[in-house]
Parts: sequence; C-alpha cells; structure tokens
Amino acid sequence: MVEVKHLSKSFDGRTVLNDINALFETGKTNLIIGRSGSGKTVLLKNIIGLQRPGSGQILYDGRELTGMKKRELDLLRREMGMLFQGSALFDSMTVLENVMFPLDMFSPDSFKERQKRAMLCLERVDLLEAEHLYPSEISGGMMKRAAIARAIALKPKYLFCDEPNSGLDPKTSLLIDDLIHSITRDYRMTTIINTHDMNSVKNIGENIIFIREGILEWRGNKDEIVSSHNEALNDFIFAASRR
Amino acid sequence: MNEALHRMGEYTLLMAKVISIPNRWSMFFKQLIKEIYKLGADSLWIVIIISIFIGTVIAIQISLNISSPLIPKFTIGYTTREIILLEFSSSIMCLILAGKVGSNIASEIGTMRVTEQIDAMEIMGVNSANFLILPKILGLMIFIPVLVIFSMFTGILGGIAASYADINGMTPSSFEYGMQFYFNSFYIGYSIIKSVVYAFIIASIASYFGYNVKGGALEVGKASTNAVVMSSIMILMADVVMTHLMLT
Ligand SMILES: Nc1ncnc2c1ncn2[C@@H]1O[C@H](COP(=O)(O)OP(=O)(O)OP(=O)(O)O)[C@@H](O)[C@H]1O
Ligand SMILES: [Mg+2]
Repeated sequence: MVEVKHLSKSFDGRTVLNDINALFETGKTNLIIGRSGSGKTVLLKNIIGLQRPGSGQILYDGRELTGMKKRELDLLRREMGMLFQGSALFDSMTVLENVMFPLDMFSPDSFKERQKRAMLCLERVDLLEAEHLYPSEISGGMMKRAAIARAIALKPKYLFCDEPNSGLDPKTSLLIDDLIHSITRDYRMTTIINTHDMNSVKNIGENIIFIREGILEWRGNKDEIVSSHNEALNDFIFAASRR
Repeated sequence: MNEALHRMGEYTLLMAKVISIPNRWSMFFKQLIKEIYKLGADSLWIVIIISIFIGTVIAIQISLNISSPLIPKFTIGYTTREIILLEFSSSIMCLILAGKVGSNIASEIGTMRVTEQIDAMEIMGVNSANFLILPKILGLMIFIPVLVIFSMFTGILGGIAASYADINGMTPSSFEYGMQFYFNSFYIGYSIIKSVVYAFIIASIASYFGYNVKGGALEVGKASTNAVVMSSIMILMADVVMTHLMLT
C-alpha cells in the first residue's frame, strides 16, 4: 500500500501538484488519469523519489519516503520496479542482459540462478524468442514487455508504469494491460499506472484517481466512472472516447 | 560568471557521486574492459595515421626551413623528436581525442539521460554516475597514455620516412643522429603524465555534459559540442600549468 498525503510540488513558482491525497492499494492496479500536462508524470516521479516534493508525505506500507536517508532510499528502491514511458531499455545490452541487470547488480545468487530467474521473467512476458536481440531490433510492444520483465526481475512489491500504452496499437495495449494486471495479482504488488487511455481505464481500472491541473478531482473505480457527475472527468472521458 | 560557478558546482557534485566504491566489482570490471576495448578499437588507427603523417610533415617543414649552412642537419631530427615527444603526441593528440572520444561519451550518456535509461538505473537503486562514468574515466586514464606512446612511436617513424626523401640535404643518418642527440627520457614521462590528466579531463567533462542534458535529441547534440569545446579549453589550460610545473 502506498499513501500520498498533502503532496504539493511547484516548479519555479508554478504549482504543478496541489495538495494531493491518495491511497494506492496492494494487489490492485491503481490508475492515475488526466489530460496531457495535468501532472501525472510529476506525481509518479514524486512518489518514487526521483523528484523531491515541495511538501507532503509519501508512505510505503507505513515507511515514509520523504526524509529517508540515501541508504534507506536505495534499499526501498530494490522493492520497486518501474516501467518507463519509452521503455528505457539499456540499448548497449541485449534483452536478456537488460533483464539480468538488476539481478547482476543486487542478487546474491550465482550466475546460473540469475540467468534462470531472468529467463523465467522473459517467459512470463512471452519474450523468450527475443532474448539475444538488442532493443533497437525489436518492436515497441516487445520493448514494453522486455521492460516489464526487467521491472519484475527482483520481485518488487511496488510496480510503477508511466503510460504503458503510449505508442502501441489498441490490441497490443490490451495485451500489455492484461499482463500488468495479472502480474500485479499474482505477485500481490502495489501497482500504480499513469494513463490517459480510456480502454485501460475500462479494462483494469480497479482504483482510479483523476487529476486536473494538479488537483485531484475524482476517485473511484471503472464501474463508478461511467456514472460520475464530475464535469471535468466527463469531458475527459468524452474527449477520449471520440478519438 | 554565475553560470560558470553553477556549472563548476554541478561538476564537483557529480564527481563526488562518481568516485565511490562500485557495488559490484564484477560489473565494474566488465564495464571497464568494454570501455578500453571501445576506445582502442575506435581510436588506435586514427592515432597511428595522424601521427605518421604529422611526423612526416614536421620533418619536411623543418628541413625546408633550415637552409643556413651554419646549422647542422641533425638539428632536423632533434627538433622533430622534441616536438613529437613534448607536445604533439600528448597535447595535440588529446585535443583530437577530445573531439572524437569526448563527443562520443557526451552523446552516449546524454542519450541515456533523455531516454530515461539513467532514471531507470536510479530507480533500481544503482548509482548511475558511478556505474556509467567511473569506468569511462579510468578506461581513458589507462588507455590514452598507451595511445600516446603509439603516437610517439609512429610519429617518429613518419619523420624517419621523410628523411629518405632527401629534402634540402636531410639524410637518414643525420636524422637518426639528431634523434638520439641530447635525449632526455624525462620528456616521455612528462608527456605520459600530461596525457593521464587530459584523459581525466576529457572523460569527466564529457560525462558531465552528457549526464546533465535536459530535453531531447537536439540538446544531446548541443551537449556533445559543448563537451568538446570545454574539454579542449581545459586541456590547453592544463598544458600551460603542467608545463610550467614540470619543465621550468
Ligand atoms: N522538471 C520540470 N520543470 C518544470 N516544469 C515541469 C517539469 N516537469 C514537468 N513540468 C511541468 O509540469 C506540468 C505537468 O507535467 P507532466 O509531465 O506531469 O504531465 P503529464 O500529465 O504526465 O502529461 P503527459 O500525459 O503528456 O505525459 C507540465 O505543465 C510541465 O510543463
Ligand atoms: Mg507523462
């Protein structure tokens, strides 16, 4: 469970996040939705500690991230996996080496065991055939899957995804969504996903917050969202469904 | 001025992050070998080719310019050697390498920055600066001196080749005599020490510019140009300082 309390963040005097309060549940796919520029990425970066919040608290199962020492933060980060918008695979390494990287860095296991674990992760995302290819040699959907495999290599408790569907066709998007959803359930992770894809919302929106211009406007789930009375949210849904 | 101070502060902070114990030695050595191999494969031939040609040209030009009968012909060999050992193979070669290797490093790290690969490392709890930059700095500090030695060797060979062309009375035997005349072996050490410092300058400054890129592909290009300009200026300044410290 990840809790965000009274989180605010501004850049050069411009407020990007304003007093956000949210609760992201374990074993569920938690969605942060909102229009482009609403502050989703900034919120996610604050939650994982890549940016320092201006004020407020972030709690990982009761452990407060804000104010953690470098050492503690490094340890907490080994419990996190992240899927970046552009996949962020290391382009000097093959798919298999990418998945092995976190294991090589932190796992105490032998090389054979690490390799076995990496292959297992690749199998989970159905990418065994691409193990020896470089990121430049595979498609966007495969890159996303490889990045998911890398993110789950160290069996994280928390998984973060920034626009997992950007640049993918609807069918592949669905596949990626389902993959993230089933991994979340199987490993009982706390998964937080940034998205503006209404298909994802309808598909895996177990717990949703809607952000508009840095303000949390609405929270609920995929069943409640269709009957919401929030005007901004309805606008967002309408605009998204017209695309 | 403010900008310069800000950059110096940023650079110092980055170096503090770079210089720490790697958390996996096996990964560190793997990276180090990779960097040395890349540097060697990329730069050895260009160093050899440039050195041979410049060595040849220096010998020809000196021989053309020394026409007075009062100056003995072995001066040509002597001067060629001094230029190559003292300045060309270390400083000029490193300026060339700053252009080639420095821009490479800056754009490699800069691309990793804008495509969030560095963030991906940080989020895993990896010290990305240490993992990416330390092997580059050490790799260059180990292998650039080797390239400099190659450059000295092939530069001199170029000079010798020129001496066979019989320009303005230059002969191989006088050239050879001149090359051994009044030889101070400290000059080789001096050049190698200089090149180690230049290697640090090239790798650390290029890494700094790459690591701090903000934006996209366009900024990566700018960062790599800036890296080359800044490291070249720093090399020239370090040259003056070190020459003053070691030779006067
Ligand atoms: N490092 C930064 N410095 C200054 N302003 C920033 C920075 N990062 C983000 N912003 C600003 O914060 C606002 C929110 O940006 P953010 O990237 O969070 O949007 P987003 O909701 O993720 O949009 P998208 O769906 O397009 O990814 C934008 O107006 C952006 O200009
Ligand atoms: Mg975003």
